Amino acid sequence: MHYVDEFREPKLIRKAVEEIHSIARGLRHVRIMEVCGGHTHSIFRFGLKDLLPGNIELIHGPGCPVCVLPSGRLDEGLSLANDPHVIFTAFGDMMRVPGSKGSPLECQARGADVRIVYSPLDALKVAQQNPDRQVVFFAIGFETTAPSTALTVLRARQLQIPNFAVYSNHVTIAPAIRAILDSPDLQLDAFIGPGHVSTVIGCEPYEFIARDYGCPVAVSGFEPLDLLQSLVLVLRQLRTGTATVENQYGRAVTQTGNPAALKVLSEVFEVRPTFEWRGLGSIPGSAFRLQAEFAPWDAEQTMPIERVSVEDPITAPCGDVLRGFLKPPQCPLFGKSCNPEHPIGALMVSSEGACAAHFKYVPRELSDVPMGLVQ
Amino acid sequence: MTIPSNAISFHDKQIALAHGAGGEASRRLIEGLIRPAFSNPILDGLNDSAVFAAPAGRLAMTSDSYVVRPLQFPGGSIGELAIHGTVNDLAMAGARPFGLTSTLILEAGLDTAILRREITAMADAARRIGVPILGGDTKVVEHGKADGLYISTTGLGIVDPRANLNVARIQEGDKILLSGPIGNHGIAILLARTELEIEADIRSDTRPLTPLVIALLDALGEGLKWLRDATRGGVASALNELARDLNTFISIREEAIPIDDPVRGACELLGLDPLHVANEGQFVAVVRAADAEAALKALRSTPGGQRACLVGEIESGQFGRVLARSSYGGTRVVEMLIGDPLPRIC
Repeated sequence: MHYVDEFREPKLIRKAVEEIHSIARGLRHVRIMEVCGGHTHSIFRFGLKDLLPGNIELIHGPGCPVCVLPSGRLDEGLSLANDPHVIFTAFGDMMRVPGSKGSPLECQARGADVRIVYSPLDALKVAQQNPDRQVVFFAIGFETTAPSTALTVLRARQLQIPNFAVYSNHVTIAPAIRAILDSPDLQLDAFIGPGHVSTVIGCEPYEFIARDYGCPVAVSGFEPLDLLQSLVLVLRQLRTGTATVENQYGRAVTQTGNPAALKVLSEVFEVRPTFEWRGLGSIPGSAFRLQAEFAPWDAEQTMPIERVSVEDPITAPCGDVLRGFLKPPQCPLFGKSCNPEHPIGALMVSSEGACAAHFKYVPRELSDVPMGLVQ
Repeated sequence: MTIPSNAISFHDKQIALAHGAGGEASRRLIEGLIRPAFSNPILDGLNDSAVFAAPAGRLAMTSDSYVVRPLQFPGGSIGELAIHGTVNDLAMAGARPFGLTSTLILEAGLDTAILRREITAMADAARRIGVPILGGDTKVVEHGKADGLYISTTGLGIVDPRANLNVARIQEGDKILLSGPIGNHGIAILLARTELEIEADIRSDTRPLTPLVIALLDALGEGLKWLRDATRGGVASALNELARDLNTFISIREEAIPIDDPVRGACELLGLDPLHVANEGQFVAVVRAADAEAALKALRSTPGGQRACLVGEIESGQFGRVLARSSYGGTRVVEMLIGDPLPRIC
């Protein structure tokens, strides 16, 4: 199967692993952050951590747009779903995320009209098919998904559809990475650069990581070989003391990104002065909202949203896990009061959440199960 | 007994509450549509209970229900699913089907052409397998309360005397077999819901598994230790149930599991793990290690079993977990399905 089997080819994987071991012998302990939640999941799903030498530590980054959303924002969006007139739509990934009054699925079980859509255009179709109801699309994601939301808003305007509104929680990746780098309690040596968001924004937005902080970056694909090759690239840079941004995901990512997507972003969205991130606090210039001319399709302008400020539970260190300060198993709630069926925070249910990846793929009790390269 | 010559015929266009009320309309439905379709000497009497002599030997009994949406999909429909699914639960106990009952919950407003199609599908499936439908019940609920049609069944089977299926007999080193490619049913349903604009030639794998089970009993007898069909929750859930019952590790080789390319593609696209996708015509079996070759040979020479394969084995361990090992040495845990990514699948 194209683009899947080649990047899971065992011989090539062994070769990459051998090279990683060889380069790593000349290094002390290195801490490499994979920003993107999808990378975290791939690393666990393919058992890649077990193949690495002990002096390479992988730190999970905050690249999960569902996880970094403060639960107050979800509560605000869900408050709209309680109106029987409203059809609340969102990606499937949002459905089990716990708000303070329940997840979207729990609201659905109580009678709210909550529907999964695979694309914001599907939400627009729901609005067209239900002219007497108000459809709200809970928009979430980095620059990865923001262009499709933008296109949908343009389509709504073009077709003059009055009963469709976007509640935008789109965030941008570069300010989050900068906030991590500026964090005093985290020492990082290199980055595995995010994959899918880079198809939109290209590699240039990551130059500041190498230039201002001296950390090498390799923008990576999601297959095992992609991630291992990206590790080879950054490890080589660490050995030679260079710091540049390299693109391992050349089959999907270009240096300057996707011009059509970037254009539609700048047409529809503007950058918010500031936005609250779980675990990272308030970050200036880190999120998108609709421009004023699109106010008729902006739920924040047209709909009565109960403003909520919800403190994340003090006992749940979700923010520390998001920043990479804590690994999921180090959280006192992990696997006990917080698990996928009863999640305390989004990290345990999102398909890109670090806690979800750990819980799903890593045996919690195992210490003596034979893992790693079969000799 | 013979059916009287002034037999009733059923020409109603749509189902109404009256069809479940026990009066004239009910009689029309049962005597005009259901009895002729399912006809056999026990059913034809339309008594309150089916009465028959107890078959000899150990008996197996199962109940099952079907709420799949949409009612019809590539490769099958709810009627076939109901018959095959019930027969398969019996087969997993090493039993041949003796008789079934079926309850229908109909939604007022259901187009009787759809009901007729499903009754025919059930009758045809049962006839092909050679199992009579001995009785049933029919109720009608208000429009909006049943999504067309729900089917619930009970199945009675006679356990093959050679079958000694017991989780307590399983030992370290026993091998795990899979009857064929996984994921087809769940993905076929998902695509048939037309919420996604993905086109693929994927059909449900719904079929009776009895012949494959008999082939294993013929070849292995007691060497066959455990069977489970991989329905809701997929292979992962079936094996996790086993691992928890045994309180030991089960390891599988991911590359050994057959998955059709379109199914793999759809799963990759949608972020679904094929191990968690429902099947309606596949099962996992645990066999004595020494019998694994013979088991594979028996399955592969039985129609429908050509893609059977060895996928794993029982390992030693202090707790119940399923581990998937890749050929390049990575290991990951295969969890039980959490949540419901594909609701109303069967």
